[in-house]
Amino acid sequence: MSEIRTEMPAEIKGGVHKPQRHDSGHKHVTGQAEYIDDIVEAAGTLHAYLGLSERANAEIVSVDLRAVRQSPGVVDVLTATDVTGHNDVSSTGLNDEPVFAEDKVEFLGQPVFAVIAETRDQARRAAAQAKIEYRDLPFIVDVAEAEAAGNPLVTEPLTLKRGDAKAALAKSVNRISASMRVGGQDHFYLEGQIAYAMPGEDDEVIVFSSTQHPSEVQHMVGHVLGVPSNAVTVNVRRMGGGFGGKETQANLFAAVAALAAKKHGRAVKIRPDRDDDMTATGKRHDFLISYDIGFDDDGRIEAVDASFAARCGFSADLSGPVTDRALFHADNCYYFPDVHLVSKPLKTNTVSNTAYRGFGGPQGMIAGERMIEEIAYALGKDPLDVRKANLYGDNGRDVTPYHQQVEDNIAGRIIAELEERSDYAERREAVLAFNRKGGIVRKGIALTPVKFGISFTATWYNQAGALVHIYNDGSIHLNHGGTEMGQGLNTKVAQVLADEFQVDLDRVKITATSTGKVPNTSATAASSGSDLNGMAAANAAGQIKSRLVAFAAEHYGVPAEQVVFEPNAVRVGNQSIVFDEFIKQAYMGRVQLSAAGFYKTPKIHWDRATGKGRPFYYFAYGASVSEVSVDTLTGEYQVDRVDILHDVGKSLNPALDLGQIEGGFIQGMGWLTTEELWWDKDGRLRTHAPSTYKIPLASDVPPVFNVELADWSANRENTIRRSKAVGEPPFMLANSVVEALSMAVASLDGYRTCPRLDTPATPECVLFAAERMRAGAAERG
Amino acid sequence: MAKPRNEIRFLLNDEPVSVRSAGASDTLLDYLRLERRLRGTKEGCAEGDCGACTVLVGRLLGGELVYETVNACIRFVGSLDGCHVVTVEHLRGTDGALHPVQQAMVDHHGSQCGFCTPGFVMSLYGLWMGNPSPDDHAVEKALQGNLCRCTGYAPIVRAARAAGKIGLPGDDPLVREREAVTAKLKELADGNRVECGPDENRIIVPASADDLAAVLEEHPQATIVAGSTDVGLWVTKFMREISPAVFIGHLAELQEISVGDGTIAIGAGVTYTQAFDTISKHIPQLSGFWERIGGEQVRNMGTIGGNVANGSPIGDTPPPLIALGATVTLRRGGKRRTLPLEKFFIAYGKQDRETGDFVERIDVPLPGAGDRFAAYKISKRRDEDISSVCVAIRVRLSDDGTVSEAAICFGGMAATPKRAGNAEKALVGKALDDQSIADAVTALESDFQPISDMRASAEYRMLTAKNLLRRFVMEQNGAAGATIRRGAAA
Repeated sequence: MSEIRTEMPAEIKGGVHKPQRHDSGHKHVTGQAEYIDDIVEAAGTLHAYLGLSERANAEIVSVDLRAVRQSPGVVDVLTATDVTGHNDVSSTGLNDEPVFAEDKVEFLGQPVFAVIAETRDQARRAAAQAKIEYRDLPFIVDVAEAEAAGNPLVTEPLTLKRGDAKAALAKSVNRISASMRVGGQDHFYLEGQIAYAMPGEDDEVIVFSSTQHPSEVQHMVGHVLGVPSNAVTVNVRRMGGGFGGKETQANLFAAVAALAAKKHGRAVKIRPDRDDDMTATGKRHDFLISYDIGFDDDGRIEAVDASFAARCGFSADLSGPVTDRALFHADNCYYFPDVHLVSKPLKTNTVSNTAYRGFGGPQGMIAGERMIEEIAYALGKDPLDVRKANLYGDNGRDVTPYHQQVEDNIAGRIIAELEERSDYAERREAVLAFNRKGGIVRKGIALTPVKFGISFTATWYNQAGALVHIYNDGSIHLNHGGTEMGQGLNTKVAQVLADEFQVDLDRVKITATSTGKVPNTSATAASSGSDLNGMAAANAAGQIKSRLVAFAAEHYGVPAEQVVFEPNAVRVGNQSIVFDEFIKQAYMGRVQLSAAGFYKTPKIHWDRATGKGRPFYYFAYGASVSEVSVDTLTGEYQVDRVDILHDVGKSLNPALDLGQIEGGFIQGMGWLTTEELWWDKDGRLRTHAPSTYKIPLASDVPPVFNVELADWSANRENTIRRSKAVGEPPFMLANSVVEALSMAVASLDGYRTCPRLDTPATPECVLFAAERMRAGAAERG
Repeated sequence: MAKPRNEIRFLLNDEPVSVRSAGASDTLLDYLRLERRLRGTKEGCAEGDCGACTVLVGRLLGGELVYETVNACIRFVGSLDGCHVVTVEHLRGTDGALHPVQQAMVDHHGSQCGFCTPGFVMSLYGLWMGNPSPDDHAVEKALQGNLCRCTGYAPIVRAARAAGKIGLPGDDPLVREREAVTAKLKELADGNRVECGPDENRIIVPASADDLAAVLEEHPQATIVAGSTDVGLWVTKFMREISPAVFIGHLAELQEISVGDGTIAIGAGVTYTQAFDTISKHIPQLSGFWERIGGEQVRNMGTIGGNVANGSPIGDTPPPLIALGATVTLRRGGKRRTLPLEKFFIAYGKQDRETGDFVERIDVPLPGAGDRFAAYKISKRRDEDISSVCVAIRVRLSDDGTVSEAAICFGGMAATPKRAGNAEKALVGKALDDQSIADAVTALESDFQPISDMRASAEYRMLTAKNLLRRFVMEQNGAAGATIRRGAAA
């Protein structure tokens, strides 16, 4: 019997645009959320531990593993000769990244072997017993030295150009050329790399991997084992943080665990210690950016010629697209009339650098902001005025260096609103007045905008799948190709699905990402998770809904348009049937209640050879104002206040989006301030643990931290519910911190000189900048 | 003496446990995760810096039960005899309801990836129990030892401030059961020495300070473990053998801190947290400095005695202790000797501590009349960081305004904590004026040849050292606004 309802239905619980809590929040706080190291181990589980090289660049003369094999609990030691397929985990297919080094090592920390033992502690202690003889070769870890030495490139460089930058520079009234060093960054995901492999029948293996890219792990495990992808299943319930550090970096760990599991027919887990994780896995690229800019007396840019040299490490990994994205974001919100930008992805004897939130974009953008700052100091202007003068506009000033027209520009409105909300003008006057007193403590304030291009620049990556089942009790099973690393992707996609079917969110069960459910997925990266997977889930829902509508129309004899999904019910003609009951009817009517959804981003195309196209579907915007205090005796500083206005289109979930903005800003602030990667003279990374590598703490968060969404914004493109991507763009809001620090020290020389702060702007870096300013002032008298 | 007990006994959540098989190097974190399958407590760094493994440890301190947050990754099972270990699994009510701090974290979206979250929940729990309506400073201090990479902390701080509005500690099981737990812990403290674990990984828990002296005479090569904030890393990072390990953190005689005759007497087992009130009251110049030692968990575990005894050139307490003229008392068997603390540090890794000696007490003279005193710590990150340069400066001014005595001790500038003898000389007999300070600043170059490392370059260390002398004089001469105060936005 159908239940007939006549009252107006209420709204569903947990639909789109609602500040819904993270679906795992209650499990996070109770410790019940399961990470890979928490999974109940199969009986007989073995543990793997990597043996790492002790040299930055050397030929391997001999490897003596006898003591390792004789250590307590050791079952086996794997080297390159144990690899049954290809000894390679290069995500590019360039075959430049061995699982285990064979004849040579190219950075200090490169895996040479893996110990397999009964316990992790035994494996780890045994790994330290290896005796490897090396013949040392010269090495370079530093990007500037690598550029000066003419080191080889790990991948093809990119050039973006328009007009004739050199000729325009020669004609410019004002011209500045200088350089900026931009440091790298360790991801410092709280859960380190980990994989747990279970051998199966024939060539099969199941791998639990902490990865943002299960399909690539699947592919790499197959590649290393020498088995087809259909033999490998990769599962990811959640990661304890990723930030790009688990896009390709999980491959090696998964491959080693799978190799050992297949060889021994036992489950094998691998989890490096934090120090080894930070030593042996890739990071954000450091850059040396050299720029030559020409501008008129109003501060309008006429030409930019810049090169972006990057420390890529020993192999290509993702350095190609990362350095590409640096070029794509050097313009930020500004029009460069004549422009020539070139990348230099340099080989260095360091761990191969990789994806990290922003993917080169932050490094490009901070260089662009430096150029603005240079102009402002040269002309004695408020940098904000220089920014406004250079914003993309119309009349031909709306085309990027990669020849994409900026169609959705809201930078001007965001800046204007933030300027007003944050009382920027008054506060800048107050800062100037404060500094006029001439004390030890100086203040600075800066407003910087963000424009970030959304889409993978590898166009084929912009596709996604989802698998949706409705069981005959009316409960819904959701699976999609994205991975949950804390960003709340699962919550957002479930909200989309709840909204599609008009059911309460708790009816939707989110299940672990698995290569067996949705194949050929892209990395959960490039901020694309909800855009792609939300659309794929909506597509799956749409397929099921159209079948349900057709069924109801026929079953009840009503026109299709009279079948409407209402909150937790379906209205058919003038009767409302509760969802469970309706689904049961559909099942009895033999309707297929399962669908595989698919989505590919429209409109985008990119021709790398010519440097032209529309690589980005749309742009996400934002702006921030930071105010800082600097102690000019020690270089110590504090971020006193931050105001942010950020564009997420029509937010799928304002609470989660705010979390991404706050978190992204603080992570960006860490990158630009206290997070320093430091190699010693032997090429050993010495900041390889939280004792030496300092990410922000609660007490580094600005005491006044106002974050708001641009609630009027809606994506002009047809994205999922008109939302915009949010993972990466807020990271670059932290650029204003560096520029505020810069202003504080510039006050020591009457704001006449751009302090040219490199990043990270550690207290040391800031103090030396202050010293330069003092020296400049003294010279001038 | 009674035969030693051969098991470590403690309470784990609501269950009494006896661990006979524990070895010296076994950490509480591995015990929880591997032995007990309590997997809410996470390993993030295994060096006491990230806080993902934070648990509460309740112990009797002067007969009073105190609960403190600690890092389970560097806390040894051997140090837990007679304690109450509380993990995140214990927080949820029997009805399955979330604890107020958990509920606040969920309500305020305080978790994203969730991996650090149980550690944060435990730190917030520790805070809430003592202070359910904390201000921002209290929250930040309580969270100094917890790293989150996702949220940017803002929602966690909001949750910390909201938890007290959801529930108050009066209803909390740890508060309600305080008397019962106290009684149980007293029962566990049977006054016996404990010896257990395999020969190559031996735990010894002496019954008293005298017993400690006896143990060390018997095992002069033993590793003495107080707070394990340093020794913990010997095991987790360097895989060093520490057997036999003698655990002393529980010894009541070493936990005393008292003030008398213008001196603070600090037992070697007194933690930074335990000393905070006394130090703040009697040497207020060290109050802010003290809050920047480690993070909350490290301050709850680490001892001043350990900070001295391990001889590190970058420990935070030796510079101020030396500048104040502290002495250290070492004991071997029944013999004691007392020496000026500065004489204790001989060279890098070498102290005037002979085999079998243990640090028993540190006596710190309070600044006297005419003493001007300050301590500064410079680090890349303000909190929970190791100093690149640390300095404590004490000058005694005569009635005529001239310096009669100067003690300037630096950390991070040499292979040991070291006094700036030449700079001191440049000040003695002079007024604190521009000239004398300029001379002292120049003299620093003959006092130190600092090194460059991942914390700072030699140039930065030297320049900052000089500038801190300048700052001291500015402050003594009443210059206002020379330092940044947190939360003092324009």
